[in-house]
Amino acid sequence: MAVIIKDDLCIGCGSCEGTCPFGVIEMKDDKAVINVGCTSCGACVESCPVEAIINIAEEVVLVGDKNSYKNVFVYIELYEGKPRNVGLELLGQGRMLADKMNQKLAAVIIGDKVADLAKEAFAFGADTVYLVEAPELKNFSTDGYAMAFEDLIQTYKPSVILYGATKDGRDLGPRIACRVRTGLTADCTGLGIDEETGLVAWTRPAFGGNIMATILCPEHRPQMGTVRPSVFKKPVPDYTKTGEIINVASKAKAEDIRTKLIDIIKIAGSSVNLHEAKIIVSGGRGMGKPENFALVQALADVLGASVGSSRAAVDAGWMPYPHQVGQTGKTVGPTIYFACGISGAIQHLAGMSSSEVIIAINNDPEAPIFGVANYGIVGDVLEVLPVLTEELKIALKK
Amino acid sequence: MEIIVCIKQVPDSASVKIDPETNTLMRQGVPAIVNPFDMHALEAALQLKEIHGGTITVVTMGPPQATEALRECVALGADKGVLVSDRAFGGSDTLATSYTLASAVRKLGKYDLIICGMQAIDGDTAQVGPSMAEQLEIAQLTFVSKVEINGDTVTVQREQDECYEVVEAKLPLLMTVVRSINDPRFPNVKGIMKAKKAKFDEFGLADLDVDETRLGLKGSPTKVSKIFSPPKRSDTVVIKKDTAKEAVAELITRLKDAKIV
Repeated sequence: MAVIIKDDLCIGCGSCEGTCPFGVIEMKDDKAVINVGCTSCGACVESCPVEAIINIAEEVVLVGDKNSYKNVFVYIELYEGKPRNVGLELLGQGRMLADKMNQKLAAVIIGDKVADLAKEAFAFGADTVYLVEAPELKNFSTDGYAMAFEDLIQTYKPSVILYGATKDGRDLGPRIACRVRTGLTADCTGLGIDEETGLVAWTRPAFGGNIMATILCPEHRPQMGTVRPSVFKKPVPDYTKTGEIINVASKAKAEDIRTKLIDIIKIAGSSVNLHEAKIIVSGGRGMGKPENFALVQALADVLGASVGSSRAAVDAGWMPYPHQVGQTGKTVGPTIYFACGISGAIQHLAGMSSSEVIIAINNDPEAPIFGVANYGIVGDVLEVLPVLTEELKIALKK
Repeated sequence: MEIIVCIKQVPDSASVKIDPETNTLMRQGVPAIVNPFDMHALEAALQLKEIHGGTITVVTMGPPQATEALRECVALGADKGVLVSDRAFGGSDTLATSYTLASAVRKLGKYDLIICGMQAIDGDTAQVGPSMAEQLEIAQLTFVSKVEINGDTVTVQREQDECYEVVEAKLPLLMTVVRSINDPRFPNVKGIMKAKKAKFDEFGLADLDVDETRLGLKGSPTKVSKIFSPPKRSDTVVIKKDTAKEAVAELITRLKDAKIV
C-alpha cells in the first residue's frame, strides 16, 4: 500500500496539505509532494478535487520494476488448525524453484495463534516464515486473507507465490491476482523454470485433461499459480532446521470481512479424505448398480483404503460427489489406486494418473484406463473384486 | 431481485480429440454447448426468481455466435441476454476477461446477485468469478451447493473437500455454484418460441468504459508458451485369464514380485 500523487494531474491547489495527520504533504513548485513519513493512511485521497492522489493498492502498475521482486512464497493453508498436505508439498516445489533462481523460500501462515506451525514450515524447507495472526483471521475468509496477502506482496515483493488448488486456494488466488493485477495459472500439475527466460513454467491440464498447456507470466509480478494437491510428494522433514520468523501485523478489521462462517457440517461416515489417502479403491459405471459398490467398499476395508468414484457413478446418483475423482472432482495421488469398472474417461485420468501404482479391472481390453494402469485385469469386475478381496486378505495376513 | 448470470459457450470437451500428428486440438465438428456448470447457475437464478421475483439477465463474452448460448438460456426462462463481443477482447486470460465482464456488468446498472458456474469445462480455471467480484468490489461465495436468501442476507452451503461450510453474507455479492446445487430444467415449448424471437444487447469496445491496455491479449499477464498431449504409459501389464481366480493369482504374484504387497 502506498499513496502517490500523480504530477500530471495535480493542479497545486493545496487542498491536501492540511489533511495529512502526519504533516508530510508539502507544496513544491506548485505541486503537492508526499515526504518521508507517509503511513499510507489515505486521509488525503478524498481531499483532492481532481483525483490526483491515488492509493496505489487500487492501481498497481508493476510492469517495469519486476526485477525488484524476489523470493518464493508458499501459502500454508490450514484445516482445523493444522497445515494441509498441499502446503507442505509445495514447500518441496518452492524449494526447487527458489534454488534454481538462487532466491529464498518463505512460508506464509495466516490464522489466530498459529506461531507454533512455523517449525513445521522450517522442517519442510522454508528459510523464512511470514506470520499474520489476528482473531479476525481465525477462520478463512476471502476478504481477510486477501488483505493479508495484498499487504505481504506490497511490502515484501515476492517474485513467485504458490497456493494449493484447494477450494479456499482457488477462492483466494484469483481475488489476490486481480487486486495486484498479476497473472495466476490455475490448478497446475507441473512446475519448473523456463530455461530461456528464467520464468516459472506453469503446466496444467485443460479441455478436461485432453491437452496440457505450459503458461508463463513474463511481465507481471508476483508470478502466481494454484497447484493441485497430491501431485507432488511432501519433502522429508528435518526438525533440526530453523529460520527467521517475521511477524506481520494484520490490517483486516472485523468490518472488512463481509462473509461470516456460521457452521461446519462434516460429511457423515467420512472416509472421503481422498487427498490424504494412501490407498484408494474407486468404482465406476461398470459396477452396474449402486448396491455393487459394497464390493468396492469390501476391498477398501481389507486394505484400510478410501473409496473413490468416477463421475459417471456420481452423475448416476450411485455415490455422493465428495467421492468423485477427476478433473471436476478430486485429484488424488495415493500409493495404490484401484480402478474398478472405470473406463478411464480423460477427465477421470486427469484426477488420478499421478498415483504411484494403478491397478485397473475392466471387461473392455480397449478401455483407456489400461493406457495409464501399471497392472490391468481384463475381466468382469463383479467376479474379480470378491476374489481379489479374499486373496488380498490372505496375502496381507502372512 | 436483479440477478445476473454469467455464462460461457464452450466446446463439448467430451468430444474434443487431439490430432495425433500435429498435437493440436481438433475442434472442427465439436458441438458448442453452454458450459454445464453455468446451466446450474442459471437454474439457481430461476429458482431464486420463483421465490423472490425480479429479472434474470444472462451475460456472455464471446464471438457473435455465442448468442446461441444466450438463446438457450432465454428458452429456459432468463429475461434478457447480453453479448459482450469485440475483436479487442480476443486472447483474454482470466484477468482481462473478468475486467471486461465486470465493465459490462457495471454498464447494466443495479444488481443484487451475480451467479456463475464454478468453472468452465474448457479452461477449468474457476478464476473469472472471484476476479469479477474483486473488480466489482463485492463479496464472493464460491463452490456453493445450497442457497437461501432472506431480505438482504444470503446463506449458503459451501463445498469443501471434507465438509460443508455454512456461510453468510449480505447482498450484493457474487457466488459460484457446483453441480450438486440443483438439477437444471429442460426448456418448454413456450420458452423455445420466446427464445426464437429474442433480441440481445451487444456491448463492444465502444460501449464500455474501459482502459484498452487491460483488454485482450495485451491486458493478459499470462501467456501460453506450449501445448502438448498428456504423456501415456506403455508398460502396462495386462492380465487376461479364463477365470477371475487365475487372474487375481497372477496379479498378486506380480504385486509381490514388485514388492507392492
